Amino acid sequence: MSVGNPKAATGKNSTGRRTQHAAQLPSRVPVAKTPKVYVGGEFIRSESGRTYPINTDDGTFFANIPQCTRKDLRNAVEAAAKAGSSWARRTPYNRAQIVYRLAEMLESRSDEMARAIAKPGASSLNDARNEVAAAVDRLIYYAGWADKFEQVLGNTNPVSGPFFNFTVVEPVGIVGVIVDDSSPLLALISQVAPVIVSGNAVVVLASETHPYPAIVLGEMLATSDLPGGVVNIITGQRKELVPTFATHTHIRGLDAVVVAAEKKELALGAADSVKRLRARSSEKEIDWFAESAQSVYEIRNFIEFKTTWHPIGA
Amino acid sequence: MMQSRRTSSLDRFIADVGPVDQVGIEERAAKFTTRSIKKGSKLWGLKTAVSMVDLTTLEGKDTPGKIASLCQKARAPSSDPEVPSVAAVCIYPFLVKHARKLLADTSIKVASVATSFPSGQLPLKLRLQEVRQAVSDGADEVDMVINRGLFLSGELDAVQDEIAAVVEACGESTLKVILEVSELETYDNIRAASMLAMRVLRADDFIKTSTGKASGSATLANTQVMLEAIRDFYLATGTPIGMKPAGGIRTAKQALHYLVAVKETLGDAWLNNTRYRFGASALLNDLLRQIEKQKTGAYQAPYYFSEASASY
Repeated sequence: MSVGNPKAATGKNSTGRRTQHAAQLPSRVPVAKTPKVYVGGEFIRSESGRTYPINTDDGTFFANIPQCTRKDLRNAVEAAAKAGSSWARRTPYNRAQIVYRLAEMLESRSDEMARAIAKPGASSLNDARNEVAAAVDRLIYYAGWADKFEQVLGNTNPVSGPFFNFTVVEPVGIVGVIVDDSSPLLALISQVAPVIVSGNAVVVLASETHPYPAIVLGEMLATSDLPGGVVNIITGQRKELVPTFATHTHIRGLDAVVVAAEKKELALGAADSVKRLRARSSEKEIDWFAESAQSVYEIRNFIEFKTTWHPIGA
Repeated sequence: MMQSRRTSSLDRFIADVGPVDQVGIEERAAKFTTRSIKKGSKLWGLKTAVSMVDLTTLEGKDTPGKIASLCQKARAPSSDPEVPSVAAVCIYPFLVKHARKLLADTSIKVASVATSFPSGQLPLKLRLQEVRQAVSDGADEVDMVINRGLFLSGELDAVQDEIAAVVEACGESTLKVILEVSELETYDNIRAASMLAMRVLRADDFIKTSTGKASGSATLANTQVMLEAIRDFYLATGTPIGMKPAGGIRTAKQALHYLVAVKETLGDAWLNNTRYRFGASALLNDLLRQIEKQKTGAYQAPYYFSEASASY
């Protein structure tokens, strides 16, 4: 008996009958993945049960993506609210470590992510590899800023009186992010990272045309140290979800890359619910790889400044 | 040895009033959550639920000041004039006087828990004294707890006598009998306790699920057991008894499920605040939030509706 050699136990070297049996077995059926969105630290389908198909470049079916509804968005906001307050209470240093850890997760699975970008046709595999590398670098960049931006953006203000006068920063709360369709992973990371490092929680609407990298990113978020609910990623149709992003009063800020009509809708809703809106046009291509796509001022967009007077005393 | 010989008085009583089909009741209760209630009917349901709330605070740290803000919220839960006031405020006996003064010019009832809430384990004499004090301080309604220990040990007559004594001590005030269903262990016991209480209650007195202080509280299933007991009792005697689920009902969606259960078990005659109440503290905020959502179409942040507004 060939105990020490597992190949021998099953393959050609075994008895003739076994070989015959093995030949009759159909070739193994591959197990396809059901893409699910990452909300509140869990992988869920849309509450509606709806999906929409996406294809590979050559037009063959690739996967069914959850078509989330406004109720899914509402649930994601609830999840963000639950996770947000403890995320905001963590030390900036700890938030830096966690975002850095996310970069580690992405780096170690960069090949998988590159294929997730390339296979459904968002870009060529080579470009996808560059995009993943840039996304990792971007996470590292903002991880570095996590415990430094307050020193740069906050201040001790000179006042003519016996007072210390400080300007300190606070997160705004729940921020909605509507991701650009070009460079779907790098855009997502570039839009989300500066928002979460300051202690905000986000609800992300992934690119409608290239949602798959966001789905895979959700799987990496789940294995990073980021608490569930800090980043919630939903997929679906913009025309269904943009109005709810605009009007939901619990969402305190929006970072959106949108067309002019959507921008108008977001601006009206944001004015009504008094939320901050940063809208960039998707009609003119944004170079997410550029040095200018990362800056401490991206963090400034979604923080509140609080100024405190404190008597100097004797 | 003889098998299943019914020996205890509780067993005999259960056989008398009929047992509960556990699987059937849970399946029935689960069905109530599948109704589609939208737009106009949803808005009606939410407003009706607001009018049925017994706005409750039962904490050791309650102060007259806190009761004042509770009463203010009870009078005008929302700046929207279409939203009704709540049915009652539910508080400890010590604070009844304060609430009575603040709600004198309204139809909002002052309900007081009494009879050594939440355990009910004080000598009857003292419990009755507590009830009389609450009533003379101006409580329109008294929420009593039954002595579960007495019930479970089979001293049913004693339990019934106690309830009857409290009914008498209440005078004109409405009585709500808290069964504390989670401590009764089985649906059979819940039904038996409901029947036991109803036999000595007056028309439009209530039976109530829980104190909110025990580990378990109201569920659709145990509420349904009590609703069916009320129905059977009404069909047999013609005396309508009210129902008050309490504890654990925090969301507007849950409240609508409970209303569906009432509508489909007892009918429209029970869909008002003289026959049905919600014992809750956080529920009102969510009801107001969902009413606002129905009216504006925009999802609302919870901190616009809550006293303890979290900043996040």
